[in-house]
Amino acid sequence: MSEPGRTLAMGEAERVAGHSVDAPFGRALVELGHARPDIVGLTADLGKYTDIHPFRDAFPERFFNVGMAEQNLVAVSAGLARAGKTPFCTTYGVFATRRAYDYIAIACAHSRVNVKIIAGLPGLTTGYGGTHQAIEDLALMRMVPGLVVIDPCDATDIMQATHAIAAYDGPVYMRLLRASVPVILDAAQYRFAIGEARRLRQGGDVALIGTGFMTGRALQAAEAVGRDGIAAAVLHVPTLKPFDADAVAELASQVRCVITVENHVVTGGLASLVAETLFERGMTRPLVRIGLPDRFIECGSVGFLQEKYGLTAERIEQAIRAACG
Amino acid sequence: MAVRNTPVDDAPIGFLRDKAKQLRRHMLAMASRLGQGYIGQGLGIADLLAALYFHELRYDPADPAWPERDRFLLSTGHYSLALWAALAEAGVLPIEELATYGADASRLDMSTLDTTPGVEVIGGSLGHGLGQGIGMALGLRLDGRPARVFVELSDGEMQEGATWEAAMAAPHFRLDRLVALIDCNGIQADGAIVLDLEPVAEKWRAFGWETAEIDGNRMDEIVNALHGARSANGRPKAIVLRTLPGKGVPTLERREKAHFVRVEADEWGALAAELEGDHV
Ligand SMILES: Cc1ncc(C[n+]2csc(CCOP(=O)(O)OP(=O)(O)O)c2C)c(N)n1
Repeated sequence: MSEPGRTLAMGEAERVAGHSVDAPFGRALVELGHARPDIVGLTADLGKYTDIHPFRDAFPERFFNVGMAEQNLVAVSAGLARAGKTPFCTTYGVFATRRAYDYIAIACAHSRVNVKIIAGLPGLTTGYGGTHQAIEDLALMRMVPGLVVIDPCDATDIMQATHAIAAYDGPVYMRLLRASVPVILDAAQYRFAIGEARRLRQGGDVALIGTGFMTGRALQAAEAVGRDGIAAAVLHVPTLKPFDADAVAELASQVRCVITVENHVVTGGLASLVAETLFERGMTRPLVRIGLPDRFIECGSVGFLQEKYGLTAERIEQAIRAACG
Repeated sequence: MAVRNTPVDDAPIGFLRDKAKQLRRHMLAMASRLGQGYIGQGLGIADLLAALYFHELRYDPADPAWPERDRFLLSTGHYSLALWAALAEAGVLPIEELATYGADASRLDMSTLDTTPGVEVIGGSLGHGLGQGIGMALGLRLDGRPARVFVELSDGEMQEGATWEAAMAAPHFRLDRLVALIDCNGIQADGAIVLDLEPVAEKWRAFGWETAEIDGNRMDEIVNALHGARSANGRPKAIVLRTLPGKGVPTLERREKAHFVRVEADEWGALAAELEGDHV
């Protein structure tokens, strides 16, 4: 755990590069908590499971567990924001978006209050089936006017994004990777900024545009095909809204084919944003959308499900070879 | 077709206790094969499920979709292993299939889906059971069917707003064939109940439910309460069951009040032995 008073987690991830960080969101929030007394934490009976427990332990007087009541979680958070606090509230993405949608839309976004909604178990990161897998949350949240929507790819991204959204005054929905989270990005070089995509790898043959943990798999696939002389660029888009359309268009103009990769249904999320961008700018490029199909996913082990539904580096590699073949 | 459990007034308590123990055996076996599971919760409601499936519920194991059946809705999808044990012991599912609990591509998932025979609604997104139970009870009444609807819900689910929306609606519609079975086991995901819910029974009474509060691990009390809930008096029935997570396996009963119990691979044998030595 980081010492009190430190304001930024920069460098922390770097020290453990190639490894993983435990509860990166919770660590970053504790750092923020020391620096900013306005930051408060809330959960709906998922403190243990959404990495906010370090904050709960460090600042018990600034932590509120409202019980399993997601609508109230968001409503109470909105009230705290109106009282001048900066609430970070956690639950699973399915319950935030499906059950508390109205509260996110009206009490948070319409009112433009400063609530940060942190959403666990994005996409296929749980084996508990359709009730727990937030496969369409990005699409839902993207439709809410004025909401910032973030899908970080690793521990570095999460820690930097936590600081960035705390510094931003307005409502945010951020997906959470929890517990032991791998480090993929080099914290010495990477900088998260709301609304900005980052080119992680150059290449002139095909563009891989990724969000969430799928960006890491895109990097692996790009490396694999690189050994056979295929140059795949990787653009990481952690912020779905506001969307960095310029970065997408610029990259697309440099390649023959675009492949989007996301831990989400291929409708309404990253793939749709990229398609809208290309079409709006009059760019025609073959577009391959890797992500989840339009159906509820069954229960099963996470590895089994990710394999079955193609959220793997191998699946991306196949798509690259097919596109460039 | 062979319908189980035509309503009788004297319940074979010893037989039902044996059935509850048999359900607990199945649950321990399932959890040990998987190495994990919501075993505390399952052991806690074993007595209730035994009383329902072997005494109170009218259903046809060979035809789980029989239109006249009483409905049992397990709102807490994460208690699935308890339901799988009951459905298998009742003959709705093959006993051998219990060995697939939680395996990839199994029908007996860690959370309940309505594609598995005997499952009335998808559980697991908590707070969904009671409202759907009201809809079923209204529909059955419209069709003139005498079937009853039993909805299990947990203490944690009483923190969801939808539970109280349903609690307010059922007395309004005078659904006296609806029975809410509220499993108060004192725990939820973050440990011991995080928001004070007491006095639980008074809340349900205040909402207009005929309410009984019992030791949910005592078969005689369960059966009495279920019998009491049969009256056609225009009021929905609530039974508040105080249950002990891990009931029947002393080591699990004593374990720190945890929502998700971890058990080491070499511990299961001893737990099974404890169950056999115990007289619930
Ligand atoms: C709507 C909803 N919110 C949150 C969860 C996550 N969750 C799963 S079990 C659980 C605890 C609910 O309380 P209870 O059923 O009383 O817990 P138990 O007795 O099983 O410990 C929570 C919060 C969920 N499944 N559904």
